[in-house]
Amino acid sequence: MSEKSYLTTDYTLKSWFLTTDHKRIAILYFASLIFFFFIGGAAATVIRIELATPQGDIVSSDIYNRLFTMHGIIMVWFFLIPSIPNTLGNFIVPLMIGARDLAFPRLNLMSWYIFMLGGCTTLFAILAGGVDTGWTFYTPFSTLYSNSYVIVAAAGVFIAGFSSILTGLNFIVTIHRLRAPGLTWYRLPLFLWSLYATSVILVLATPVLAITLLLIAVERFFGVGIFDPRIGGDPLLFQHLFWFYSHPAVYIMILPGMGVINELISCFSRKQVFGYKFVAWCSLAIAAVGFLVWGHHMFVSGQSLIASLVFSFMSFIVAVPSAIKVFNWTATLHKGLLRFDAPMLYALGFIGLFTIGGLTGLFLACLAFDVHATDTYFVVAHFHYIMVGGMVTAYFGGLHYWWPKITGRLYSEYWARAAAVLIFFGFNLTFFPQFILGAEGMPRRYHVYPPEFQVWNVLSSGGAAILAVAYLMPLFYLGYSAFFGARAPANPWDAPGLEWQTSSPPPEHNFTTQPVVTRAPYQYDRDFHAEPQNA
Amino acid sequence: MWRQWIPFWQPGLSPQSGDVDLLFAGLLMTSALVLGILFFLLTLFCVRYRAGNLIDREDHIAKSWHWEVGWTTASLACFVGLFVWGASVYFEMYKTPADELVVFVVAKQWMWKTQHPGGQAEINALHVPTNRPVRLVMASQDVIHSFFIPALRLKHDVVPGRYQDIEIEVDRPGTYHLFCAEYCGTDHSGMIGEIVAMEPADFSNWLTRQAPSSSLAGEGGALFRELGCSGCHGPGSKIRAPPLEGLYGRPVPLSDGSTAIADDKYIRDSILLPRSQIVASYEPLMPSFEGKVSEEQLLRLVMYIKSLAGHRS
Repeated sequence: MSEKSYLTTDYTLKSWFLTTDHKRIAILYFASLIFFFFIGGAAATVIRIELATPQGDIVSSDIYNRLFTMHGIIMVWFFLIPSIPNTLGNFIVPLMIGARDLAFPRLNLMSWYIFMLGGCTTLFAILAGGVDTGWTFYTPFSTLYSNSYVIVAAAGVFIAGFSSILTGLNFIVTIHRLRAPGLTWYRLPLFLWSLYATSVILVLATPVLAITLLLIAVERFFGVGIFDPRIGGDPLLFQHLFWFYSHPAVYIMILPGMGVINELISCFSRKQVFGYKFVAWCSLAIAAVGFLVWGHHMFVSGQSLIASLVFSFMSFIVAVPSAIKVFNWTATLHKGLLRFDAPMLYALGFIGLFTIGGLTGLFLACLAFDVHATDTYFVVAHFHYIMVGGMVTAYFGGLHYWWPKITGRLYSEYWARAAAVLIFFGFNLTFFPQFILGAEGMPRRYHVYPPEFQVWNVLSSGGAAILAVAYLMPLFYLGYSAFFGARAPANPWDAPGLEWQTSSPPPEHNFTTQPVVTRAPYQYDRDFHAEPQNA
Repeated sequence: MWRQWIPFWQPGLSPQSGDVDLLFAGLLMTSALVLGILFFLLTLFCVRYRAGNLIDREDHIAKSWHWEVGWTTASLACFVGLFVWGASVYFEMYKTPADELVVFVVAKQWMWKTQHPGGQAEINALHVPTNRPVRLVMASQDVIHSFFIPALRLKHDVVPGRYQDIEIEVDRPGTYHLFCAEYCGTDHSGMIGEIVAMEPADFSNWLTRQAPSSSLAGEGGALFRELGCSGCHGPGSKIRAPPLEGLYGRPVPLSDGSTAIADDKYIRDSILLPRSQIVASYEPLMPSFEGKVSEEQLLRLVMYIKSLAGHRS
């Protein structure tokens, strides 16, 4: 090797914890996110075991409420929102645009420290006694009635928000300023378009969440009537502010996932993404319209019927660009040269799960049906299809795709495919029964439930057991590959992206010579008959 | 019957819930169609264009925007159709409730307390006659709850600080679930009750059997005197306060020139926030009763004032 890779430049702890190399910071994020994913997953495991029987026989109701709150807070703010942008994005963005690093390397490191500070604050709240408000912190329950560590947990989320804002800013500036010569906007890989759209949401929406959490603290500490009607506040004001952030946050979670899928579908069909410009602008359209749909969480809250009408309409509109993407991915497969390596299996699984999640989103956008389905397991199933079936599946796909680049090692293709298939089946068995539970009327966040709902809950818990095993598998075979896997070539997938034009793993400053871009992205040659290089 | 086509689905039991079921069936069929086409194409492409398969891969489809415009327009048209359908049923569900039969619902951690105008009170249960619209006036004593009857496909949040009213109607006698659907703390999942729908004759028998010594309006009258309201609003009072006889349901001219209808919400607000709506040509003298009366006392006062509607002063 002509130059040392970023992994071998230095081995000291200091070289990791004070690094400004985007690739090492991505690894720091990666390690922290695995940790949070398994904490959130452990809470989910206990929840599903508890729900296997209709009685509350494993944990008390207070513990149950704390568990689902912990599951929600950890998964949303400390796994789903940061996962793709902060690990894959941090690692790949500069490589994809042919830059040496992000625009603000030290700010990037600071983002990780802020994120960890927020994460530890929230963990402290959970260990010290827990939070029982649900991840939505609805007032006046959270401000006046909850005897738990609401303020500490909210402080953790508040702090982590700054990390999101800084990461978003860093990406926006990087994509604007550091593109290699010749890399025009329409030559940008679609992963970057989607991360760009995500960053815009991060920068614009996160401050609203910060302000909302601050207002909760003000009301709790000083008794200023903001959300509590007894002192002159309005409980619905909280919901408006909260969802003004949290609905766009859903797109923070899913847009990067869609971006990853473009890369995978294109690479394993050896074709340019069908309708590149449409897909690119759809990302921005989703980001823009996504700001105008928050009220669809409040169709039964007592907001005016006209407001509901507008929010319902906008929710249908925002589904159009998502539908376009699904059609474009399918059209990309047409006349492709399809290979079913593990990343491709994840990508195909994503299309199926995301489509089911999206279609059931239409059910919920539909006013009269939402009245019945909201706050039931139908909603739980729907957003798990989008976030877990969609985003987490895309994350795993992206992780497998770029794993040789990140670690310089190849993983076991056999085990990777097995895990991808198992995740798909485990996921469907876990969450599809929840649509039926919701349609039958089982409310969410129930610790004890009427016995007629048990059959579907048992199926769901069984599926969760499969899913848990499937999510643990990559930990082993990827962990093994990181240390003992075969050496990866620079371009194991024979892909044209800039990130594949440097060695695996890349040297400290990414490229030995400045790459120059002369053509549109995804110019695959159709000669992909060679045996997979990672056996 | 088309409702039986959907497996595991108990048909709804009110006129509006039938419309919701139809809408659900429509959504299911649309989704099944879209998913069917998508999965068919995915499978077809995956099999035909797999790497080992020697097949013509020359790009016959010209890269034009016709495809995108086509499926964008199709999606949009389909979505707008579903939107209009869903919205029209929604407006039907949340239409202004009938005023003929009223039941009060007070939600508190962790129970539903329901009260009939005759004073019959129930905990975690609500008896209603079949085939007759019932107006529910709901208030919360503490946090947000949500009143949810799956059999009627109907749900409404009960937000503290305001009255919510909805209309329910049950087609068939029986006992149905009443859930709290909005997370409200420790025993959220224990905050469940039942809706007992009875034939009208059985219902009036039940009402008679349960009848307490005094009605809600009667108790409200006692409270009215106890709280000192009668000192100003009563007949022969020396202080100038608006008379309450014949007030309910009528328009009230306000000092800012606007007019308000004296309904439940107006009376409730006038007791809790008397200075927000000053009746024209009266001085803002009344103290607020915020924090001094509970939701249950409030609705007794409302019932009392409502009972005065027939008398003209």
